[in-house]
Amino acid sequence: MKVSEKWLREWIDTPQTLDAIADKLTMSGCEVEARDPVATAFTGIVVGHVLEREKHPDADKLSVCKVDNGQGETLQIVCGAQNVRAGIKVPLALIGAVLPLPDGKELKIKKGKLRGVESFGMLCSSTELGMSDKSDGLLELPQDAPVGADIRNYLKLDDEVIELAITANRGDCMSMIGVARETALVMDVPLHVPEIPAQAAHHDDAFPVDIQAADACPRYAGRIIRNINPQAPTPVWMQEKLRRAGIRSISATVDVTNYVLLELGQPMHAFDLDTLQGGIVVRYARDGETLVMLDGQTATLRSDTLVIADAAKPVAMAGIMGGEPTCVTASTRNVFLESAHFRPAKIMGKARSYGLQTDSAARFERGVDPDMPFKAMERATQLIVEICGGEVGPLVDTCADASVLERKSILLRPERIRRVLGVVMDDAGVEGVLARLNCEFSKSDAGWQVQAPLARFDLTIEEDLIEELARVRGYDSIPAELRARAPRIAQPSETAVGQGRLRNLLVARGYQEAVTFSFVDPKMELTLAPTADNITLANPISADLGVMRSTLWSGLLRSVAYNLNRQQYRVRLFEIGPAFHQDADGKPQQRTMLSGMITGNLYPEQWGQANRPVDFYDLKGDVEALLEQVTGTQFYFAPVAHAALHPGQSAEIMTQRDVVGWMGALHPRIEEKLGLEQPVYLFEVDLGLLTQRTLPKYQAISRFPAIRRDLALLVKQDVLAVALENAVKKTAIPQLVSYYLFDVYSGKGIPDGQKSVALSLILQDFSRTLEEAEINRIVDAVIASLQKEVGAVLR
Amino acid sequence: MQSLLELMGHAHEQISQAASLAALDQVRVLYLGKSGLLTEQLKQLGKLPHEERKAAGAEINNAKQALTLAIEDRKQSLQAEALDARLQAEKVDVTLPGRRMDTGSLHPVTLTIQRISEIFAQLGFSLAEGPEIEDDFHNFTALNIPESHPARAMHDTFYMDSGLLLRTHTSSVQIRYMEHNPPPLRIIAPGRVYRCDSDMTHSPMFHQVEGLMVDEDVTFADLKGILEAFFKAFFEVDELPTRFRATFFPFTEPSAETDIRCVHCGGDGCRVCKGTGWLEVMGCGMVHPNVLKNVGIDSEKYTGFAFGFGVERLAMLRYQINDLRVMFDNDVRFLKQFG
Repeated sequence: MKVSEKWLREWIDTPQTLDAIADKLTMSGCEVEARDPVATAFTGIVVGHVLEREKHPDADKLSVCKVDNGQGETLQIVCGAQNVRAGIKVPLALIGAVLPLPDGKELKIKKGKLRGVESFGMLCSSTELGMSDKSDGLLELPQDAPVGADIRNYLKLDDEVIELAITANRGDCMSMIGVARETALVMDVPLHVPEIPAQAAHHDDAFPVDIQAADACPRYAGRIIRNINPQAPTPVWMQEKLRRAGIRSISATVDVTNYVLLELGQPMHAFDLDTLQGGIVVRYARDGETLVMLDGQTATLRSDTLVIADAAKPVAMAGIMGGEPTCVTASTRNVFLESAHFRPAKIMGKARSYGLQTDSAARFERGVDPDMPFKAMERATQLIVEICGGEVGPLVDTCADASVLERKSILLRPERIRRVLGVVMDDAGVEGVLARLNCEFSKSDAGWQVQAPLARFDLTIEEDLIEELARVRGYDSIPAELRARAPRIAQPSETAVGQGRLRNLLVARGYQEAVTFSFVDPKMELTLAPTADNITLANPISADLGVMRSTLWSGLLRSVAYNLNRQQYRVRLFEIGPAFHQDADGKPQQRTMLSGMITGNLYPEQWGQANRPVDFYDLKGDVEALLEQVTGTQFYFAPVAHAALHPGQSAEIMTQRDVVGWMGALHPRIEEKLGLEQPVYLFEVDLGLLTQRTLPKYQAISRFPAIRRDLALLVKQDVLAVALENAVKKTAIPQLVSYYLFDVYSGKGIPDGQKSVALSLILQDFSRTLEEAEINRIVDAVIASLQKEVGAVLR
Repeated sequence: MQSLLELMGHAHEQISQAASLAALDQVRVLYLGKSGLLTEQLKQLGKLPHEERKAAGAEINNAKQALTLAIEDRKQSLQAEALDARLQAEKVDVTLPGRRMDTGSLHPVTLTIQRISEIFAQLGFSLAEGPEIEDDFHNFTALNIPESHPARAMHDTFYMDSGLLLRTHTSSVQIRYMEHNPPPLRIIAPGRVYRCDSDMTHSPMFHQVEGLMVDEDVTFADLKGILEAFFKAFFEVDELPTRFRATFFPFTEPSAETDIRCVHCGGDGCRVCKGTGWLEVMGCGMVHPNVLKNVGIDSEKYTGFAFGFGVERLAMLRYQINDLRVMFDNDVRFLKQFG
């Protein structure tokens, strides 16, 4: 809502500066988003009268004019505007005038010569006066503009426009009367709104109005005005007020309805009476009915849409926009004026659903004073008659549902005020605000019974009034309290695997945490997870962010590529975040995943150790370190086929019950597709399955020495390490406290198809030192099991 | 005895010339070994007359002792020299970088959420979460935003064909939490939120932290107190003027926008605060009675406040990041700055 300071000050009486007013409005809920002077601080511009215009002898686009400056002089001025012609009145910058320019410099008008013709000043457009961003030529002033008058005074340009952000609940502030009322309220100053005189009827002609949809249109005021002058110009004061509010002047009748919308907040519509048939019918549209709108578009109407129709057809989309065939035109002499009330719930969302956005809909959606149609009609009539003349008919105010004018009684309790705001307000303070709000109220034992004015239709419950008390007095008046409360000591879970723990572990292992979008490129998803049941967005921000990710890999790979393209060749990224898919019933499921990716060298560039590119086992080490945080659960890795992974370097990560994730090398085909020129290793685990660890429980440590025995074995090449491990485990010897692989070798010296494996056994008893014979028995048992299970032989 | 004196003279000379422990040991063997030169002299004692024998024996023993001491001295100094030499040889350039895996870093969004969570934990707020694909009820209707309400249009919601949507704010978690937990309540809910809007200063995905406190005696004064304390703690300053401006949110009443004194210019006006001296950082208010009703909480018995702020906004202020988009590029040169 753009508000002219001068207009505001016509109605509120305060010596306070605009700064003070703007600050108060901002603090109390109508945020001042911008402030702009209505014109630049130019000097030396007066109303000039173009007496003659001739073509410039040497320039096609220039004119040479004789202009009356109102001080008894006729100046020769060369002008380049298209619309310059004899007879018009325009702003004339005299020699010595100064015009500030948008770039901060200024233009000083001097005597000049254009293509050999002398020029003694400049004729101006609205842009040159800083009144608009663009213009179509000279600013043409009304014929009655006094020649020689200072343009600043004539157009009242010493004014500023403040732009208010009106919140969705304050439709009442989308008008000058509303803003003035609000300003008076929060500044605690008097409000002077001129009375609107009733307009006497000159004839009895009334146009019939039939409200068939009282639920949506409780009230409809109409009036016929005959024989107006359709050519009457809109007075400059009205044009200027409209302009400052951001509304273009169109024709006097339309300008008046727009002016009343601005002034009183009541959207109105003017029909060309001669195009209407029978009478007005307020009804819902029939599905498929069409209406050519004022903007030239044809709307195919739905039955949820309220229309204003005549006997034959819809003529307007109620509360949103009028129809083109019945609108007032340059030749309209007989007008039917509409000033109706529509219920917000019936207008909400409708304009948008037809791709429309209008000042009228914006107001009806938020609510309009239901008592305004009558007043607005009188005001519009007054203005039309003043400007265009005409014979006024009777004001027909049809009320189909009187309940719209009822005011709810709200109980306001002092104790509730204290409980919500935390401050005790004295009765006088409360009643003072209620009075300033124009509420009717009476004191009772329980508190106050309050009836808000119809103009403040947003006030319907006790909290609404409490909010008014708070903001009118100022939120600053409520103290900030930090009170001691009963402590709430959480029982921090030591067995929960917090995300923080996993994050810190990965950070310690050199990973950077990434945050990528939850929506990704459908093509990438299809490549990485072809079987995922993706969730698609109906209105994505762009096609390549069209589906919800089922894996974090989509976004992370994009980030890896981003870095590789910027010469960052060593990348270690992880992300914790949601992944989505639909279950068998089509219901969306959200899982929290932890994904990581490494590429490039293992270490940053350094001097101290041989560097090499990362491989599968570097990643696996990181994954194992992560899984070790989930104590008490055994994890297994098994080779598996995965669309995104290298078939020979791809593992499924499992517990006894669930598959918790995958890891491996990115499939070389995908690498190529993404233009990645180095291998990428990646993992993803479902954190929902990795939530619990066991509480550590102390185990006594043996005081007796441990003995190590190393075995060198030959096994077939395709025997998995896990099979060896299982064979050892199977012996179930309590003294065999640990064992590990410390060498795997194939090649020279080893028969084809076989590999050499070195296994270390650690033996220890809890109650004594093991003797040689026992040790040998244990080692023999292990060898026997290895032989039996995986065909291992000692080398 | 001339020969003993001579012998000793030679011995001392050889000891002092011994350049290594091995050479020194050879000297020791030469004089003090089983057939060493001094040992031989002792063996010769028997040949001396009885009356000379005692004095000569004592003399040789003294010489032997002196030699032993001298060897020991020399040994110690040789050892010290050897250690010195070794230490010298083992000297390293302590300014060379250590051998290690470099450490990574957490994303500034995570750092900020962690910081916010820690501060609110001190006030007894626990963490809550909710789904990011939401239904209309939890994201809008239960929050007192009826269908077609103009406030809904401002949310630029992402929809699925099913009619479900991506939550536009973490306020939906309020509803989910209150549906299942009776008051008193103190929670914060950090998480991703989505708006169909993308330009220099808007990302279609960003993070919010929602806060909710419901109890029998929670007031607007408490809201102001707790949030003022929070911002001081977050920016680590003892004084940070705040101002609460009236505004409208369908799910709170009274509602406020919270501004803090610009942390960059201290209120003088700068590019960050667009010259106003204030930074808008949060929306908040007293939970609307309709919202409490929608989740079955008696709004006569309980009152509460709720607040919500943008994590990126706070992270950008705290770490002086002036471009929202770098947050989601994941350029490692950006991420490393938070290590």
